[in-house]
Amino acid sequence: MNPNKNRLASFLVLALAAAVRIKDFKFDPATLEVAAGETVTWTNGDDEIHALVANDGSFHSGGLDGDATFAHTFTAPGTYPYRCTLHPQMSGTIVVH
Amino acid sequence: MFETDRRNFLRCMAWAGAGVVWTVSGGVLSSRALAKAALKPSDFHFVQISDTHIGFDKEANPDPVATAREAIGRINALSVRPELVLHTGDLTHTQKPAQFDTAAGLLQELNTGAVFTVPGEHDVFDDDGREYLARFGKGSTGDGWRSFDSHGVHFAGLVNVLSFKTGGVGTLGADQLAWLEKDLATQSASTPIVVFTHIPLWAVFPEWGWVTSDGQQALSQLRRFGSVTVLNGHIHQVLQKVEGHVTFHTAYSTAYPQPAPGTAAGPGPLKVPAEELRAHLGVREVSFRATDGALAITDSKLG
Repeated sequence: MNPNKNRLASFLVLALAAAVRIKDFKFDPATLEVAAGETVTWTNGDDEIHALVANDGSFHSGGLDGDATFAHTFTAPGTYPYRCTLHPQMSGTIVVH
Repeated sequence: MFETDRRNFLRCMAWAGAGVVWTVSGGVLSSRALAKAALKPSDFHFVQISDTHIGFDKEANPDPVATAREAIGRINALSVRPELVLHTGDLTHTQKPAQFDTAAGLLQELNTGAVFTVPGEHDVFDDDGREYLARFGKGSTGDGWRSFDSHGVHFAGLVNVLSFKTGGVGTLGADQLAWLEKDLATQSASTPIVVFTHIPLWAVFPEWGWVTSDGQQALSQLRRFGSVTVLNGHIHQVLQKVEGHVTFHTAYSTAYPQPAPGTAAGPGPLKVPAEELRAHLGVREVSFRATDGALAITDSKLG
């Protein structure tokens, strides 16, 4: 195996995957639509920690420090609102088709 | 009276500089130079320290243990040993056991009679406060609420950061409000009251979560008292406000500053040049003058 090929493959997977960036205490995009079975990855772009929790309790990230990522695979269609337990002004939604 | 309060409110929203003493008597707040404060060792002195954020390691302050230790050095060097020290929360940054260990060790270095804490959201967000309460909850009731008396002043420490039990960060919750009402019922209206809690009880800037949603219910219970002082942390900067007989004071952090309300995209750690950092950090000394019950509050910067 060529390690560079592996690296490229990993990069492509990340680039194509469903992603939410956290920046300036906002989720971007605030609402993300994905297909059932897809994995959503959040990346914290702030120097402050954030801690995501689904309103229905179906996922929670624990403390997410700056540059850290959290991934969750959504298997069932539905609407999943979530928030940051540390910052009540931060909320987002994942819509799974 | 209302107009007087309004004028004071407007005047006191200004940023406080180092070495200014705010004196409260009969609900009217005024500032004067520290040298004229005429406080005596016989007066009741205590200290507030806040937002040590042990475990934070970003550019805004890579070594919050060092700055916390400087703050403690300041307190230990005061001309009069404070009777007690209040820590108004965010002892740790991510509530890791090692961070709690370090924070507890630092508090033990304080030369004071007693240390009381309330949690910040950083101390409790991941486990609903279990670790914090196991370590710092001794002598408290409910979810860490506490009250005690010292030198004729009644203290109430409130917890407004437990999101699961209270309905969100910045909430006291019905159980705690009922406890507070019962606690205050035993106090006479002339007793000076000091309330300490992490998130401001008044709406500093709700857009950034700098508000306690049911804070007004607590304040309505405090309205009958002649002197109420509300001390909090959370916003890493000094702001003051007067409302009737109630004065509100937010405190410096010992770790890093945060932007003034609405002056940045978000309330994240404010990066300042390393040589300027200590001008944005500090501690607060509070003194009650025994002769007339006047209250003096001094915010001192670390540098």
